[in-house]
This record gives sequence, structure tokens and C-alpha cells, in this order.
Amino acid sequence: MIQLFAFYLFATIVIASAAMVIFARNPVHSVMWLILAFFNAAGLMLLAGAEFIAMLLVIVYVGAVAVLFLFVVMMLNIDFAELRAGFVRYLPLGALVAIILVAELVFAVGAWQAGGVDLAARAAPAATDTSNIQQIGELLYTRYIFLFEAAGIVLLVAMIGAIVLTHRQRGGVRTQNISAQNRRRPEDATRLVDPGVGQGMEL
Amino acid sequence: MSADLALIWPELILTIGGLITLMLGTFAGDRQVGLYQLSALLTLAAAAAAVIALFGVDATVFSGTLSVDGFGGFAKLLIYAASFVCILVAPRFFTGGMRAEYPVLILFAALGMGIMASSRDLMTLYVGLELNSLAAYVLASFMRTDERSSEAGLKYFVLGALASGMLLYGISLLYGFTGTTDFAGIAARMGGEMNIGLIFGIVFVLAGLGFKISAVPFHMWTPDVYEGAPTPVTTFFASAPKVAAMALMTRVVIDAMGPAVGAWQQIIIFLSLASIILGAVGAIGQKNIKRLLAYSSINNVGFMLVGLAAGTQQGVEAVLTYLLVYMVTTLGAFLVVLQLRDPAGNQVESIAALAGLSQRRPGLAAAMAVFLFSLAGIPPLFGFWPKYLVFEAAVNANLVPLAVAGIVASVIGAFYYIAIIKTMYFDDKSDVEVTGGGNAVEGTLVTVSALWLSVIGYLFIPMLAIASASAASVLF
Repeated sequence: MIQLFAFYLFATIVIASAAMVIFARNPVHSVMWLILAFFNAAGLMLLAGAEFIAMLLVIVYVGAVAVLFLFVVMMLNIDFAELRAGFVRYLPLGALVAIILVAELVFAVGAWQAGGVDLAARAAPAATDTSNIQQIGELLYTRYIFLFEAAGIVLLVAMIGAIVLTHRQRGGVRTQNISAQNRRRPEDATRLVDPGVGQGMEL
Repeated sequence: MSADLALIWPELILTIGGLITLMLGTFAGDRQVGLYQLSALLTLAAAAAAVIALFGVDATVFSGTLSVDGFGGFAKLLIYAASFVCILVAPRFFTGGMRAEYPVLILFAALGMGIMASSRDLMTLYVGLELNSLAAYVLASFMRTDERSSEAGLKYFVLGALASGMLLYGISLLYGFTGTTDFAGIAARMGGEMNIGLIFGIVFVLAGLGFKISAVPFHMWTPDVYEGAPTPVTTFFASAPKVAAMALMTRVVIDAMGPAVGAWQQIIIFLSLASIILGAVGAIGQKNIKRLLAYSSINNVGFMLVGLAAGTQQGVEAVLTYLLVYMVTTLGAFLVVLQLRDPAGNQVESIAALAGLSQRRPGLAAAMAVFLFSLAGIPPLFGFWPKYLVFEAAVNANLVPLAVAGIVASVIGAFYYIAIIKTMYFDDKSDVEVTGGGNAVEGTLVTVSALWLSVIGYLFIPMLAIASASAASVLF
């Protein structure tokens, strides 16, 4: 009973806040609604017994992705009023995409109802007596180790690519020269002076 | 696990070599072109040697995610050879602007393509594809101060991401309706009753892969990216990734969807005919030689798909032979384009500037004529042979209308190839004086590939037949 209640609570809030992401006038508010949607999706995952994915949603999506969104939205000075002005112009195209997406959803649900999906026949059925994180870890580091390592190389390539496209040598930059700093002796930098009374001193 | 490691030496060598090259570039500096170039070339040679050493092995490793077999080996040798050439010719193009990331990215792209060619699991397919694509997006906009290059990279990235999305949607459908990502497991399910979910999955996966081989109607990016990317990168795009994506498509179609011939064959036939016709018609009226070669690659992909549409072992053999000959031809053609420079040393890309090339650079013009005739498939040249093989395979698989349509369209295609040859040989000299020959390496490569395509290639037919037959037999 409490599960049913929790499901409807989370599901309603996810849908409502997802709708608010689109309808909010202020883009910063949109991102806030998105965060709320993520939190409630994490709640749904918990109900489905996928506690690891629930935590990932909170840590990765809320903790990193949404914050990045916020930064981008705040730093790019986008005139959202101007963006919205094209709404009517692009309505036919947008409506077409929306219809296609709805059709896909209907079709996927229909196919599911028709019994085409046979979850019991999965290649690697999940064991029931271990936690999610253990199951994922065991698959990731044994069966899919090659893919895991290859995905690491994909990330490396992405990093190299980001550096290739953005790194440039700037002139006139004062960088730290650690060896020169360490070589510096007290006698190079300090001077003992003994000014006479009332004469003042020069530096 | 360690037994599995011994079977993926090519991948290990490429990874370690790529990291070493990266370190050399970082610590020795971008000016030490010879050093990191040598390291990259040695890595590719060692990887190719490892592929040859693994000849005859037919095994699946890492719990069935990857296969080590003759088919993958054949494709990998082609990929490594094309990458080798593209690293070799780069420094002269990027005078002053050559950076160590170029060979590094090519090495990692080659690694990704090798994974694509030997994948036997939808997840391996995707990881390999993304590894290759990510490196390719960056390579396309490698000259980031150049407007066209940046535009090419951005366009490629946006459309590539869209294609990846379609591919992933297809993969998720296939996984959902078969319960497995393993090719053999999917094929087992396809043998049974088909449902609409599986058909949608097949359509989306083929659409995503069609983008990577630039088959019509997923070709829109090709001319723009080929034109905008730096020429050595275009050379790379036109050769190695084509081989990898075509090998991957063959594997998916034959290995994973093999039993559902009725479902995929009509898609492949459509892609094939559309690519042949649009590739031929679109090329007419192009002013830029790189754009023209892009349309030519679309056209040639169509012919390869004719062989794949047959779905027989003979068809796959024809596709592999076609890949090899196409790769040599397209590398040769782009090497010639790389040598076209005006006296100031700028690249010349317009077709009009080729007028009178036969008098200024007779050798270069002759080589270009060989490559173009070979791409058109005109009989005395070797480019005719794979075209003959794919049509023979199509006819033997009772696809006579497809073969006839393909042959008719190839006549249209011959028109624009011959138009360029006419420009080079019979038009008045252009105002732009094309001079600035290549270095010895480029000259040798052009000469060797032109000779191989003109007559010597026919001597290799028995060898090619054995190699492609042993590679193709793995899939059946």
C-alpha cells in the first residue's frame, strides 16, 4: 500500500516537474525543475529495486549534469524571449517531431503488451540474492572488461579532442618558474641596511 | 583471461603505441614531427604484423563480446594500411601546423575501427563506433583556425550524434525483443517469428550504420565534411572508416540478422540503388574535386551494398575485394589531390584549375586518369574487377533487376569521371598554375597504386580470391 502510494507520488511529481521544465519562463527555474524531476526519478528507481541506479541519478545527474546546466545557462547570455519568438514558425516541425515521439512510445508500449518482450530469456539473468552494485561490478569487471577498458579509451580520446580544439599558447603569460624560485638565495633578495638617525633611507 | 589477451595483440599494440606517441608529443614537443610520426607508423606496422600472426585463428574472446577471425583480420589490415598512408602524407600538408595529436587520434580511430570490424555484440559495436567517431569529429576540425574545417567538424559531430541516437534506439529495440546483445543470440531469435519490434530495430540499426558508410539517404554530411576537412583527414575518412563501417555492416547483416533475409534485404537494396543513382547524379556539376570524390565514394558504397544485398558468401567475398580495390583507388586519388598546389604553395581544389594538367604534370595527370577510370569501373583497369564480382554475386542471388539498374547507373557515373579527364587533357591551360610536386614518398605511393590498378592488379586475382574467400567463410 505504502509502495503504491509512493509510486504515484513520485510518478506524479516527475511528470509535473518535467512539464514545468518546459513551461518555466526563467531558464534557471527550468533547471531547478529538472533537478526535482531527477530526484523523483531516483525515487522511482528505488521502488523498482535498482538502488545503485537511484544513487547514480542523484550523484551524476543532480550533482554534476544539472549543475553544469546551471553554469551554462547562467554564463551564456541567451535572450530567451528572442528564442521563443520563433515558436510559431517552428511549430509545424516541432509538432511533427512530437508526433513521431508519441507514436514511438505508443508503439513500444503496444509491443510490450503484445508480449514481444521476454525478460526471462535474457542472456544474463540477474541473481536475486546480491545487491545491485555487486551485480553490476561483477559483470563490468569480468564479462564486459574489454568494453569497460575500451570505454576508458573513448574518454581519453574525448579529452585529447577537447585539448586539441581549445588549447592555445598565449603570449605574455607570467608562469611560475619553480626552479628559479628555489634557486633564489636570501642574499639575492634581502639587504641589511643601517640608516643613521634622522637621515631616512632609500630602498 | 590471459589467453584472451594473447588474441587481442593488435588492439593492445595500438593502445600502448597510441599512449607512447601521445607522451612523445607531450614531452618532445610538436616540432619533433619525425619522432612521433615514426612512433605512430611503427605502432601500425606492429599491429598489422600481429594481425598477420593471428592468421587462421577463429575464436571469440572476453565472454563473446569480441571475435578474432579472418574476416576481422582482413578488414583490420586494410584499416591499418590506410591509416599508415594518412599519417605518412600528413606532415607536408600541415606545414608548421602539424601537431602530435594528429597521429595519436588516427591511432585511436584505427583501434576503434578494429573493434568495429571484429565485434560480435551490439555493445562492442557501439563502443568501437564511438571511439572511431569521436576521433573523427576532432580530426575533421583539426585546423581549428580554418573556418571550413571547424564547420566540417561541427556538422559531422551534430549529424553523427543524431545517427548514434538512431543506432542506439535500434539497438535497444533489438535487445528488448531478443533479450540479448550477442549477434548469435539475436540471429537465433530472428530465425523464429518476426515481430514489428524486431523489424523496427533492424531498420534503425541499418539507418545508423548507413550514416557511417554514407549511404543515401544518410549521406548529406559527406560532401560538406569531405570538402571542409583538411585533405589528409579527408583521405582518411574516404578510406579506413569506410572499410570498418562496411565490414561492421556486413557482420551485423549476416551474423546478427542473417536468418531474417526478407527484413533486411529490401533495406539494403534500397540503400544500394539510392546511393548508386544519387552518387552519380549529384557529382555532375560539382566544382570542387574533394566534393566530387565524396559523391564518388557515395556511389561506390552503393556498389558494395549490391554485393551485400546478395547475402551469400560470394556476395561478401565481392564486398571484401571491392573494399580493397576501392581503398587503393581512393587513397591514390586523394594523394594526387594532395599534390595539387599553386606556385605559392596553396592547395588547389577546384576542378577548373586542373585544365592543362596533362602538360604541366603529365605523370600526375596520367595517374589521376587511371584512378578516375578505375573508380568508374572501365574494363582494362582493375576497378572493373570488383564491380564485376558484385554484379555476378547479385545475379547468382536472383537479384537481376538490381544488377541491371546498377549497371545502367554506373554509366551515368562514368560521365563525370570522364569529364574530369577531358578537363585535364583537352581543355586550355587554366590561369592557376598547378605546380609544387610531392616528395618521394607521395610520388612512390601514387606510382605504385596507379600501376597496381592499371594492369598488375589482375595478377593478384587468385591471391585476392583466396584471401576474401577465407575471410568471408568465417561468417557462413
